[in-house]
Amino acid sequence: MKLPEEELLSSGHRGCAGCGASIGVRLALKALGRNTVAISATGCLEVMTTPYPETSWEIPWIHVAFENAGAVASGVESALRIQGKDDVNVVAFGGDGGTVDIGLQSLSGAMERGHNLIYICYDNEAYMNTGIQRSGATPFGASTTTSPQGKNSFGEDQHKKDMPMIMAAHGIPYVATASISYPQDFMKKVKKAAEIDGPAYIHLNQPCTTGWGYDSSKTIELGKLAVETGAWILYEIENGEFNLTHNLRKRKPVTDYLGAQKRFKHLQDKEKEEIQKYIDAQCAKVGIE
Amino acid sequence: MVKELFIQGNEACAEGALKAGCRFFAGYPITPSTEVAETLAIKLPAYKGSFVQMEDEIGAAGAIIGGSWGGSKSMTATSGPGFSLMQENIGYAFMSETPIVIVDVQRGSPSTGQPTMVGQGDMMQARWGSHGDYEPIALSPSSVQEFFDFTVEAFNLAEKFRTPVFVMADEIVGHMREKIIIPDKIDIVPRKMPESQKDFLPFKNNGINPMPSFGEGFDIHVTGLTHDERGYPDANNPKTHDTLVRRLSSKILDNKKDIVSTQKDFCEEADIVVVSYGAPFRSALNAVNIARDDGLKVGSFKLNTPWPFPEAEIREISKNASHIIVVEMNLGQIYWEVERVACSNSKTHLIGKIGGEIPKPNEILAEIKKVGGN
Repeated sequence: MKLPEEELLSSGHRGCAGCGASIGVRLALKALGRNTVAISATGCLEVMTTPYPETSWEIPWIHVAFENAGAVASGVESALRIQGKDDVNVVAFGGDGGTVDIGLQSLSGAMERGHNLIYICYDNEAYMNTGIQRSGATPFGASTTTSPQGKNSFGEDQHKKDMPMIMAAHGIPYVATASISYPQDFMKKVKKAAEIDGPAYIHLNQPCTTGWGYDSSKTIELGKLAVETGAWILYEIENGEFNLTHNLRKRKPVTDYLGAQKRFKHLQDKEKEEIQKYIDAQCAKVGIE
Repeated sequence: MVKELFIQGNEACAEGALKAGCRFFAGYPITPSTEVAETLAIKLPAYKGSFVQMEDEIGAAGAIIGGSWGGSKSMTATSGPGFSLMQENIGYAFMSETPIVIVDVQRGSPSTGQPTMVGQGDMMQARWGSHGDYEPIALSPSSVQEFFDFTVEAFNLAEKFRTPVFVMADEIVGHMREKIIIPDKIDIVPRKMPESQKDFLPFKNNGINPMPSFGEGFDIHVTGLTHDERGYPDANNPKTHDTLVRRLSSKILDNKKDIVSTQKDFCEEADIVVVSYGAPFRSALNAVNIARDDGLKVGSFKLNTPWPFPEAEIREISKNASHIIVVEMNLGQIYWEVERVACSNSKTHLIGKIGGEIPKPNEILAEIKKVGGN
């Protein structure tokens, strides 16, 4: 697959070296093309791509507040629609905090009302912008500044909120999970989301060198490990029909994934086993061995 | 044992909360307040307390209202955008007389503004942010020590008057590091509980009522609707509403003497008085000292409690002072309160600095000299 060379999120932004979010947005915009309006929730993406007086965005872009990317996107889409501008893609980007926590209410409304828009959650599994606090998408066992590991704590004590399934429960035409380490799969899904009439939700797993604690050259590797161990499952739900989009023949043990990251370094065998058990169960649910 | 610590303002706030008996914190990360949450996330479990990170600030305010009625002294910490989201629940807390402490470490505003820079733009939001009539209590620390002390005081006032209390800090005080002294003995106001379940009225029509907690055998009905002395909704009754809302105001206003706190330096016989609160006080006092060395009759007036506004004290000052200069990091919020009270006696001036920098002593000194005709 030949990627379009045009960059709609230009380089020179303030993302960390090896930032997974910027890779994700670049790919999404390559799939969508220039005829696109982007809405950002508060978060890393907003802050790093728009340091005054610069912007990385080569397309119209708006940030309003933390909790309302879904609502702002609804407004943009409605205004374009009543003017007959049906060919413009409206895409909202929210981090995991902006999506699964504070933005859930406005996102749910946008999905339920049937706006023709794409919402992409770039999920790095914690509030990285304010300094690595846990979110509803932080996985079990991860140490963050508000779920710190220590003598009496192994870190986050809850499993990740199953956000794509919450979106699927809205009965919208398209829901997908994706990973920045599988760019062709991700871009195919973004294109599909754009072609479908109605709301589409893509939950994008994107490793974060700062928050997860790994060498900045390993971002793609980490994303692959998440998929290869079954910690992140790639699928799509098109008009209610569930399909796995990555054929996982032999799962690697989750310890391969955990061991590569500082946020899980403190875990004892007991917690590692619990995580493996959880992943086994999640995989079994969707027919992965 | 007296303890000396060299810590950040936000950490001092967390220490003050623990000392005051706070055992429940619910919050949402936001710069420049996040260290309050991070410190309590680590420390609260050791005090058999609970830290919960909420899904947003609406949830944070809701959870501490619930925590307070559950019987724990409860607090959250935020900054402007989060404070905006909390406003509906803040009004509820006033109406239901729920003691909670809300710390706002103010940053450049409005909107997302300047997340990492200082501001004092939320002062009127603390006063009038939620709909309806109510009398807030707000404290503004100007040092790390005061951030500790005022957080303790905020809990005490919340319990004493059964009301929400704001600590209106700012980014400078939140992130600055200074030595603080934690005294051996600190006066803590415990929650006043009802003595007996028989004939107990949690919202009685006079003054401040003891507060029952859930799970202790009391029948408790808590609502934001206009309610009678038992707590039951009586929203269509003009008299019930009038009695309730007037009591909520007067329980604060009638006790202003106990609540209002100010710090006066050289105000007696001062011809020019500089009024400030929070971090700008540091520059203001410095400027006043320099001006006095130059022989000017200048004083400094610090509002430890911007709300309720110290009207009587400002009026008293205005009797001697020809000029009052208000220094704050907004375009004039407390200034207009000062003008309202002092205008018949003194000429008022505003140094309203926005942009994320503290007003500097030389800027204040220049204004002192200008209004003094030097």
